[in-house]
Amino acid sequence: MSHETYLLSRMDREDSHTLKGYQAQGGYKVFEKVLKEGMTPLDVTEEVKASGLRGRGGAGFPTGLKWSFMPDPEKDTRTRYMAVNADESEPGTCKDRVIMREDPHGLVEGCLLAAHAMRLDAVYIYVRGEYRLPYDRVFAAIAEARKAGLVGQNILGSDFSCEIHMHKGAGAYICGEETGLMESLEGKRGHPRPKPPFPAGFGLWGQPTTVNNVETIFNVPFILERGAEWFRGMGNEKSPGNFLCGISGHVEKPGVYELPLGMPARQVLEEYAGGVWKGRQLKAWIPGGSSTGFLKPDAIDTPMDHDSLKAAGSMFGTGAMIMLDDQASVVKSALVLMNFYDHESCGQCSQCREGTQWLSQIFQRLYDGGGRTEDIQLLTDLANGMAPGKTICALSDAAAIPTHSVVRNFKEELELYVQHGGHQGVLAARKLEGVGA
Amino acid sequence: MALTQELISEFDELKTHYPESQAALIPALHRCQEDLGGWLSPDIIEAVAAYFGMEPVEVFSVASFYPMFFLKPVGKHIVSICRNISCDLRGSDELVARACELTGAKPGQNSADGKIYLETVECQGGCANAPMMVVDGTYHEDLVADDVNKILGGLA
Ligand SMILES: Cc1cc2nc3c(=O)[nH]c(=O)nc-3n(C[C@H](O)[C@H](O)[C@H](O)COP(=O)(O)O)c2cc1C
Ligand code: SF4
Repeated sequence: MSHETYLLSRMDREDSHTLKGYQAQGGYKVFEKVLKEGMTPLDVTEEVKASGLRGRGGAGFPTGLKWSFMPDPEKDTRTRYMAVNADESEPGTCKDRVIMREDPHGLVEGCLLAAHAMRLDAVYIYVRGEYRLPYDRVFAAIAEARKAGLVGQNILGSDFSCEIHMHKGAGAYICGEETGLMESLEGKRGHPRPKPPFPAGFGLWGQPTTVNNVETIFNVPFILERGAEWFRGMGNEKSPGNFLCGISGHVEKPGVYELPLGMPARQVLEEYAGGVWKGRQLKAWIPGGSSTGFLKPDAIDTPMDHDSLKAAGSMFGTGAMIMLDDQASVVKSALVLMNFYDHESCGQCSQCREGTQWLSQIFQRLYDGGGRTEDIQLLTDLANGMAPGKTICALSDAAAIPTHSVVRNFKEELELYVQHGGHQGVLAARKLEGVGA
Repeated sequence: MALTQELISEFDELKTHYPESQAALIPALHRCQEDLGGWLSPDIIEAVAAYFGMEPVEVFSVASFYPMFFLKPVGKHIVSICRNISCDLRGSDELVARACELTGAKPGQNSADGKIYLETVECQGGCANAPMMVVDGTYHEDLVADDVNKILGGLA
């Protein structure tokens, strides 16, 4: 169980969320150093690029590269923004909340470094409305930092200025999609925008904007303090660093653990989460949040990183593992997810609006007992009509991917549901065969 | 005018955070819902629209997009039980059943005495402490059905 940790390393102190607690552990030192020693914006971006840090919000896009898409401020004098994505609503994902609650100054320092690197005028932290305590903690941290001269005009007496604002959402998953987030922040319905134009050219209020996840930005001060080489010493070549792994569902010790990227999923399950609960066996698992697709137990040795999980037929996503034991119903879990996507589709694209509804209806009838053999093919056909790249945003893909994975990996279970007339029938048949409860 | 002077000053301050005032709309609606009876009545929507120089229907269109805004009267206490995958796997159905039994309400309804509004919600980010529910903004995690009795019983 011994690997270097940094993300969660400051959180043991009672006052870890205060400026005092943060500074006692070296907080804001690296930002001061960057300002005072004249590390240029380009230097900072290059260091982040060299670290290989990839976004922790789901897509795994290289952070330094994203930052370099911002236009040259010499040539483009528009106002420059970053929106920090603290909408955290991908089912299974519960990590950004820990950062905001226990170490909010770390996020603020990350924002300041990003602001320096991209020469931002202002940062907005978009927090999902339900996260009251995390919101309050970051809000208080910004106020403390402002008092200490770390946020606002002429920071620490330099000519660098940056405002950090908090913004509260109101409970819609689609506002986590980066362009839905921007629409929502502007006070509108959270309808994602067609891309292009991309946020770096046309973002908040039509100005250059970068959207990054909380955990992504939280990594930045560590990289600047300890160096890209240090960062690359953890994780692996294409997915360096540690990540916050939320593991939930049928395990003995669900939790949020800091792990190096590339740790085999089996090790996470067994060493950290205490194994499948109640002495049962694993039936299915999702590696990276609800959008990433169900895998079979035979993939449990897959390393938890972007390339390995892709090769295994799923995705790293948000690194949120969801485990299902051998008594669980994959059909039920798929139904729960399709109800979710149906509920959260913003409705702009017919493929997604209708597709999510149909998927949820089909899983419902399979579960209830009205399923037909043709329904299994119908699931595939529908999902093929929804993705990839057929809609304005990737919510449609997020519903199609788990659907494909269920048909591919758990077809037998779907057939059982058809054959035995739904969930009750399957349970009764299992009892007859003496399997399970 | 349904808005208090206090709220109006808060809105004035909220607007200073953005280059365009409409960005303050959602935070402002939150504040209205908190201070003005727990839901966004047509009167409130109209007053907010007047404040922001918008049409009431535009404000309604925004408010109706967001599940956290209530457009019909709700009980004094809001009980939101997560029904998404991580909670479902650890028994959220039982929490919902118990809450229904105790309140006499179905999800999306108020209790018979009108005190409690019961709803099921999507993932609240409590997955590692499932199942969970939120009562008046406070997270209650790692629950079993009997906890629902205790928590709802404690609501005045
Ligand atoms: C439907 C949908 C929901 C999303 N929800 C979130 C979210 O809650 N938090 C988040 O950081 N990214 C979310 N994303 C990803 C964002 O669009 C974006 O890629 C991310 O915030 C970029 O940050 P990163 O590069 O630091 O990962 C979502 C994407 C989609 C398609
Ligand atoms: S894919 Fe779905 S959620 Fe995304 S814009 Fe289209 S309808 Fe809206």
